[in-house]
Amino acid sequence: MPTEHKVHSPTLGGTLAGTVPGQTPPIVVATALGAPGSPDDILAKRPLGPLFWFALAWVAIVAISAIIANLLPLQAPNFQNYTAINASPSIHHLLGTDDLGRDLLSRIVFGARVSLVVGFAAVGIGLVIGGALGLISGFKGGAFDIAFNAASFVILAFPAIVAVIAIVAFWGQTLTKITVIIGVGTIPIMFRVVRASSLSFANRDFVMAARTLGATSRRIIFREILPNVVPAAVSFGLITVAGVIVLEGSLAFLGLSVALPTPSWGNLIAEGTSNGNLQTNPYIMMWPALAMFLLLLSINLIGDRLRQRFDIREGLL
Amino acid sequence: MLKYLLKRLAQLVVISFIISVLVFLLVHLLPGDPTTIILGVNATAANRQNLLHQLGLNLPLYHQYWIWISNVFHGNLGQSYLTHATVTHTIANGFPIDLELIIISQVVAFAVAIPLALITARRPNRPLDNVATTGTFGLLALPPFLLAPIFVAVFAVGLHWFPATGYVPFTQNPATNLHDMVLPGLALTAGSIAVYYRLLRSDLIMTLQEDFITMARSKGLSNTRIMWRQAFRPSTFSLLAVAGVNIGSLLAGTFIVEYLFAMDGLGFSIVAAVQQRDYLVVQGITLVVAIAYVVLQFIIDFLFTVVDPRVIRE
Repeated sequence: MPTEHKVHSPTLGGTLAGTVPGQTPPIVVATALGAPGSPDDILAKRPLGPLFWFALAWVAIVAISAIIANLLPLQAPNFQNYTAINASPSIHHLLGTDDLGRDLLSRIVFGARVSLVVGFAAVGIGLVIGGALGLISGFKGGAFDIAFNAASFVILAFPAIVAVIAIVAFWGQTLTKITVIIGVGTIPIMFRVVRASSLSFANRDFVMAARTLGATSRRIIFREILPNVVPAAVSFGLITVAGVIVLEGSLAFLGLSVALPTPSWGNLIAEGTSNGNLQTNPYIMMWPALAMFLLLLSINLIGDRLRQRFDIREGLL
Repeated sequence: MLKYLLKRLAQLVVISFIISVLVFLLVHLLPGDPTTIILGVNATAANRQNLLHQLGLNLPLYHQYWIWISNVFHGNLGQSYLTHATVTHTIANGFPIDLELIIISQVVAFAVAIPLALITARRPNRPLDNVATTGTFGLLALPPFLLAPIFVAVFAVGLHWFPATGYVPFTQNPATNLHDMVLPGLALTAGSIAVYYRLLRSDLIMTLQEDFITMARSKGLSNTRIMWRQAFRPSTFSLLAVAGVNIGSLLAGTFIVEYLFAMDGLGFSIVAAVQQRDYLVVQGITLVVAIAYVVLQFIIDFLFTVVDPRVIRE
């Protein structure tokens, strides 16, 4: 009993699942959001595990099939085959058809485009703008930092979901507009992540050294701080991608994402729950729900493993 | 203590003011014309002008804001252009539904997450811990719009254990009400369980490395006592912060289950009002929700000072 707590080193990363029993996690001192030690050191000691590669494979399969969807031997997603309504899975329709005779696999493959584009492009917008502001804010400090930091708090206090619903409903339901709206919404989140990380490096010795050697602020930001901030930004960015996909799915579920009949996983799930489809053909809801579950699980897992590997603390933001 | 809370209170007032302006601008700067909704597309220009005048929508924005906000201070949030129900009435009807959904989902989430974390954090990476950690990771990938339809398919359509839709106020029939609330409540709780469990577990593991725990062990205190009385409180810091954010996001975020289970909560009313360009309803509910969120953060800040009095000095 008295020795059991000694088995685990005080690293948070090492205790967050995924470590092999009996293998002692590396002892590193957790700083605010920093990754102490050289990246190679950490890479060597913490294997990503087979699950990570399964997750990456699933994301890759979804992404590639969504990109080449037009080339795949699939029925057109909106084609209605009246001789195969509510068909069970078969060789002609691998996942069956819906109540209008549309091929479910085809709709899921084409529907993946919406989730992936919105998820990754929106967070991309947030990372570029929010990241740039966060980097400067954390490094410069002063009035600039105070102003942007306060602004990010106020914006985050605003019920984002309501704002997104309102803007989408008023402005229009196209893929580009939805991506931009949600992307702008992720700016304060990515700002906070990058600012916190940048702040923790701004006063480190190597930054001081660079400054003593006469490096310009610009050079310090791009060459010294940016490379250190990337791990935190990417792993939190991936977790935000999962969040954005959920948000888009929720909007689509309410009929507020891309306009019908364009398939998206959210509106496929909604279709599966309406018109008594749950009673007559539960597959319509089940397949897209399963695809969405696996995608979210995979993205979360990839983000989480990367975060562990770089020893970034959860729940700091 | 008092000074810290006063400072927080001042921030709360400023943030509430900024939010009221943002809410107002959000609704008024977006394209879309309520007169089309009220009069239909074939209305004459004169009629539209007349209506704009009646609704006060032709005044300059700052003037409109002033009229609106001074009414708000008199407890009057205006009324719906379409149904003419007052916004306060809509909120008074909808809020109990949201509140009940939030309370049920959060009580269940804490009741599952806290004991589970206290049990598994003591022996990390053992089978039970691995099952719990992996399981909660799966829950993170089950947002309400996935979980609620699955629950309906299995428990309402398949097994007939629970109704698929319906809401009876608690005051009318508590038993039916709670029975109706099981599926929507559980659909909302999954994500919270996962977040709370993972956070509390990792913080507990950190706390268990501290000297005062070794001290407690060497005094011969029982493990249960150490976990509950010594380790738990210092480990609840980030849990509190995240619970605040999470509950805040549920304030209007329950609309998916409200939509699916046909309940007129606040979230559902906002979505409906946005689609109908019902300005004052959107404005009123958003303002109330946003301010409730800010007040919630204030309460969390206060709880921080209870859990760890050191925050006041920082």
